[in-house]
Amino acid sequence: MSCFLTKSSLGKKLVMSITGAFLVLFILFHMSMNLTAIISPDGYNAICRFLGANWYALAGTAVLALGVLVHFLYALMLTVDNYRARGKQRYAVTVTEPGVSWASKNMLVIGFIVLAGLLLHLFNFWAKMQLVEVLGGHASVVGGHTVAATDGAALIAYTFSKWYYVALYLLWFAALWFHLTHGVWSMFQTVGWANDTWYPRLKCIANVVATLVFLGFAAVVAVYFMKSCCSCCA
Amino acid sequence: MGFKLDAKIPAGELAQKWSNHKAAIRVVSPANKRKLDIIVVGTGLGGASAAASLGELGYNVKVFCIQDSPRRAHSIAAQGGINAAKNYQNDNDSVYRLFYDTIKGGDYRAREANVYRLAEVSNLIIDQCVAQGVPFAREYGGLLANRSFGGAQVSRTFYARGQTGQQLLLGAYAALNKEIAAGSVKSYPRHEMLDLVIEEGEARGIIARNLVTGEIERFGAHAVVLATGGYGNVFFLSTNAMASNGSAAFQCYRKGAGFANPCFTQIHPTCIPKHGDQQSKLTLMSESLRNDGRIWVPKKLEDVQALRTGKKQPSEIAEEDRDYYLERRYPAFGNLVPRDVASRAAKERCDAGFGVNETGLAVFLDFKTAIERLGKEIIKQRYGNLFDMYEEITDVSPYEQPMQIFPAVHYTMGGIWVDYNLMTTIPGLYAIGEANFSDHGANRLGASALMQGLADGYFVLPYTIGDYLSHKIQAPKVKTDTPAFDEAEKGVREKIAKLLSINGKQTVDDLHRRLGSIMWEYVGMARSKASLEKAIAEIQALRKEFWKDVKVVGRADGFNVELEKALRLADFLELGELMARDALLREESCGGHFRIEHQTEEGEAKRDDEHFVYAAVWEYKGPDQEPELTKEPLDFEFVHPAQRNYKD
Amino acid sequence: MKFTLKIWRQKDAASKGAFETYKVENISADTSFLEMLDILNNNLVHEGKEPVAFDHDCREGICGMCSLHIDGQAHGPSQGATTCQIYMRKFEDGATITIEPWRSAAFPVIKDLVVNRSAYDQILQAGGFISVRTNSVPDANAIPIPKADADESMDAAACIGCGACAATCKNGSAMLFVAARVSSLAKLPQGRVEAARRAKAMVAKMDELGFGNCTNTGACQAECPKSISIAHIARLNREFLSAKLED
Repeated sequence: MSCFLTKSSLGKKLVMSITGAFLVLFILFHMSMNLTAIISPDGYNAICRFLGANWYALAGTAVLALGVLVHFLYALMLTVDNYRARGKQRYAVTVTEPGVSWASKNMLVIGFIVLAGLLLHLFNFWAKMQLVEVLGGHASVVGGHTVAATDGAALIAYTFSKWYYVALYLLWFAALWFHLTHGVWSMFQTVGWANDTWYPRLKCIANVVATLVFLGFAAVVAVYFMKSCCSCCA
Repeated sequence: MGFKLDAKIPAGELAQKWSNHKAAIRVVSPANKRKLDIIVVGTGLGGASAAASLGELGYNVKVFCIQDSPRRAHSIAAQGGINAAKNYQNDNDSVYRLFYDTIKGGDYRAREANVYRLAEVSNLIIDQCVAQGVPFAREYGGLLANRSFGGAQVSRTFYARGQTGQQLLLGAYAALNKEIAAGSVKSYPRHEMLDLVIEEGEARGIIARNLVTGEIERFGAHAVVLATGGYGNVFFLSTNAMASNGSAAFQCYRKGAGFANPCFTQIHPTCIPKHGDQQSKLTLMSESLRNDGRIWVPKKLEDVQALRTGKKQPSEIAEEDRDYYLERRYPAFGNLVPRDVASRAAKERCDAGFGVNETGLAVFLDFKTAIERLGKEIIKQRYGNLFDMYEEITDVSPYEQPMQIFPAVHYTMGGIWVDYNLMTTIPGLYAIGEANFSDHGANRLGASALMQGLADGYFVLPYTIGDYLSHKIQAPKVKTDTPAFDEAEKGVREKIAKLLSINGKQTVDDLHRRLGSIMWEYVGMARSKASLEKAIAEIQALRKEFWKDVKVVGRADGFNVELEKALRLADFLELGELMARDALLREESCGGHFRIEHQTEEGEAKRDDEHFVYAAVWEYKGPDQEPELTKEPLDFEFVHPAQRNYKD
Repeated sequence: MKFTLKIWRQKDAASKGAFETYKVENISADTSFLEMLDILNNNLVHEGKEPVAFDHDCREGICGMCSLHIDGQAHGPSQGATTCQIYMRKFEDGATITIEPWRSAAFPVIKDLVVNRSAYDQILQAGGFISVRTNSVPDANAIPIPKADADESMDAAACIGCGACAATCKNGSAMLFVAARVSSLAKLPQGRVEAARRAKAMVAKMDELGFGNCTNTGACQAECPKSISIAHIARLNREFLSAKLED
C-alpha cells in the first residue's frame, strides 16, 4: 500500500489529489474566516485567539504544513519523473492543443508562485501570531507599533495599507485562481469521479471555487486597502 | 510432370465431413507439443489467431510481422463486418444458406467441403470474439445486432461500427499478447520473411530480414504457417496497405508450393476515385454504404458534361434523369449485388461515357433517399465515420452531395494452393487466410474475409496441423546451420547485393507504377486474350528493365525502406505475369475474372462449366520459364452450379 | 502548391539527428500529406539521396502506423485524424512545415521519423486481454450487454495504438492508451472478471517502461486521432484505485 503511494504513478497522483483536496478545504475555511474581518474585526480576533498556540490549533497547523509539504514534494517528484519521461530530445515546435488550459500545463510554475506567496504570508501573519505564542511571546513589533499576537485585524490593517503588499497578495491570489481552476476538477479526475457528462460540471465547479476563493481573499485586501486610503485622506 | 494434387476432402455427407475429419486426424499429446516449433508468418486475423491458438495448445510458436506491432496487419482496415450463420435475426439463415451464398457468390469455383466448413465454424467465431471482449454492435435488448451485406438476402453480418476488422484483430492480437506473456509465443515484429527453407522435401524454417538492423536471420521449425495476406498491391494502386505484398507467398511458390487461381482478383466497387497521377494509395469506403446508398449516373450525356465542367451539382439532377443502373439491371438485389457485379456495372456505365468526374471514372453513391426516409441522425449514426472520412479526403459532404465512387483492387481470391488441412504442396508448409486460395472461389462476398481468416486461424489449422506434427514428435529441434539454410541465406544476400548494385535511373515506385498501369489496363476488370498477351510481354520487358535500371539507395545493413520495396517489387513483377497467364488460360468469365470474349448478351459473366470447373494450380519451373499447370477438378456433389442470378 | 519542409533526419538510434530542409513543388491540394512525402522521397532517390524514413501502412487512419509530429501537433493540424488522413489543402501554399518524430523517452528513434513503440505492445502483454481459450466460450448472445455499455466499450476500443497520446503529453504519459484498453474491457461483463488484475498489471508495466504521470491536461484527447475521451482515464483511475484498496 505505502509502496503504491510512493512508487505507482497513480498512487502518487492520488496523494496529490488528496492533499490538494485538503488544502482546498483549508483555503475555503481560511477565506470564510478572513471575510469575518470585513464584517467584524473583533469577531475575527476572536477566531485568532481561538487558533492560538493551543494543542488543537498546533496540531492543525502541523497537519496543514505536512499537507503543503507533501503536495509540494510530490509535485517535484512527479515533475522530475515527467521530465525524464519526455526524453532528452524535445520538440522544436509545440503548440497548445485545442481545449487544453494554460494552467493545466503550468501547474508547477503556478505552484511556485503560490508557495512564494505562502511564505510571504507566513512572514506577514503567522510569524507574528501563532509563532510568537509558540515561542512564549504575546506581541511583536510591526511597522513601529506593538501588535498583540491575537490581534489579526490590526495585522491585516497594517499589511494592506501598503500598496506593494496589496499588489503581491493580489498576484498571489491570481496564481491561486489559476492553480485551482485546474486543480479542483483534476482531483476528481484523479480519484476517478469524472466522466464526459461531469467534465463541464466539474470544470464549472472548479472555476466557481477558484473565483470564490479569489474574490473572498481579495475582498479583504481591497476593503482594508480602501479603509487605509480613506483614513489617509481623512 | 505437374503436381499430384490430393485435396484430402473427407468422404461423407457435406454436413458431416468436418466432424468426421476431426475425429479421424491424429492429435499430439501435451508433452510432445512442447517439443515442437511452429513459425507463423503474418499477424493479421489468420496469423494472429493461429499463433495464439497454437500457443495455447502448447506448441512453441514464433510469429513474424513486417510492421512495428502485430496489431497493424492489414486485417485491421476491414470496415464492414463478419458473416456468421447465427440466424439471430430469425430470417431463416442457416449454415447451409451461408455455404450456398458463398459458393454461389464465388461463382462455383470453390471447394464445397471447405466452404461448408467455413460456414459451419462461422458461428464459433462470433462466440469466440464476444468472449474476447470484441464490442460488437448491440440492440437495446443487449443482444447482438446484424446488418445485411452484398450477395445475401439475410442479415447475418456482425459489426463493430465501421471498424470490424480492427476490433476482431485487436481480439486476436489480445489473445496473441496473452500467449506472448505466457511465453508460448515469441513475437518478431519488423521482420520480413525472405525465403522458405526446405529440407528433405519438408518446410523447416525461414530466412527473415530484421528490418531495423538489416540482419539476415535464420529460424527453424517443424512447420511453417504462411498468413501473409493477398497480393493486390501488384496493381500499385489498391486499397491494400502500402506494405502488403505477395513476396512471402511467392518465395514459397518458388520453392515448390502450388499457386492457385492467381487471376482471381476482387475489384471493390466502392472506393474513392483516383484524383491524379501522383497518388500512392486508394481509399476504400465500406461496402455497408450500399445498404442505404443508391448508385447512379445521369441518364443524359449533357448532364454528364454539366457535372464534369461544374455547371451542375449532382443534387440538381432531377430524379427522372438519374439512372439507378443496379436497381434497373438487378431488381432483386439492387444495390446489394455482389462486388464483382457492381464493379463491372460501374465500368460499363463509365465506358459508355457516363462517368461523373473529370476523369470519367466515377459514379455516384447517393444517400438522399435514405436521409429522407430515415433522417440525417440515423444516417449519421450508421455511417458518420465514413462520411467524415470521405469529406476529409474529397472536401465534399456526403450529407449534401452524393459520394463519388469507383472500383479498385481490393482482395485476391487466388493464393497458395492448400488441401482440406490447409497444407500446401510442400509438406509442413501451411497457408491460411487471404494467402491461400481456398474458400472464395472466383469472387469473395463482403464480410467473408474476416470470417475466413479467423476460421482458419482459430478453428481449422490448430486441429489439422496436429495431424502433420503427430509424425514429428520424434524429430529433433530443427538446426539452422545446415546446407539448406546456408543456401537460402546466400540466395537472399545475393539478391539484396544485386539490387543495391544496379544503381539505375528509375526508382522502385516509378517501376511499380508502370507495372500497376499494365496490370490495371490489361489484367484488370475486363480482360481479353489480346490484352493478356500484351500484359505478359510488357511485364517481361519491365522485369528486365527493373533488373537493369532500378535505383535502390541506402545500405543492406540497416533500416532501408527502398530495399524492402525493391525486394517486393521484384516478386510482383513475376506474380503479375503469373496472374496474366492464369487469366489467359481461363477462357471463361467467372466472378472477379471477366473475359470480354465470354459474356452473355446482356453483358453478364458467362461461365464455362464444361471446361473450367477446376482450380488452376501453377508450379514454378525456374526463372523466366513458363510455369506448369495442374488442375484440381472441383467436384460439385451437393450444389448444382447455375448461372448466378441477382435479377429476380 | 509548394512547400518548404524542415524534417528531422537521424541515421539510427545511436546517432545524433538534426533538421534538414527540403522543397517540394507542384503538389495538388488533394494530395495527402504522406503522398507529398512519397513525392519528396521519390525525388530524393532520383538524386541519389537517402529518402526520409517514416512509418505508414494502411493510409486509411486505422492501422496506427503513421506517427508524425507536424508543426507542433501529433498527426498534424486536423482533429480526429491520423497523419495519413491529412490533405495538403490544410496547409497554406508556400508554407514551411516542420516534421518531427514522436519525442518520448519510451519511444526511441529508430531512424529519421521512425520510432520504436514496442512499449505499447509490452503494456498490452501485461494484461490487455481477456484470458479465454479458443473454443471454450459460451454462445455470443448468452450474456446480454446494455447497448450503452457496448457503445462505450467501443468508444475506447477505437484506439489505434499510434502513440500520439504519449507523444503529445508534456509528461510523456501513456495513460490514455492504457485507459482505453482497460476501460474498453472493464465496460463488458466478459472483461470484469479480470478487471482488477488487468488495471494493476498494465499500470505497473506502464510505470516500469518509463512513461510519465498523467496531470490531466487533456492534450492527449485533443490530439488523439480517434478522439478518445479522458473519461476513460477517470475509469482507469477508478479501476486501479479500487483494485489497490482491496489489496
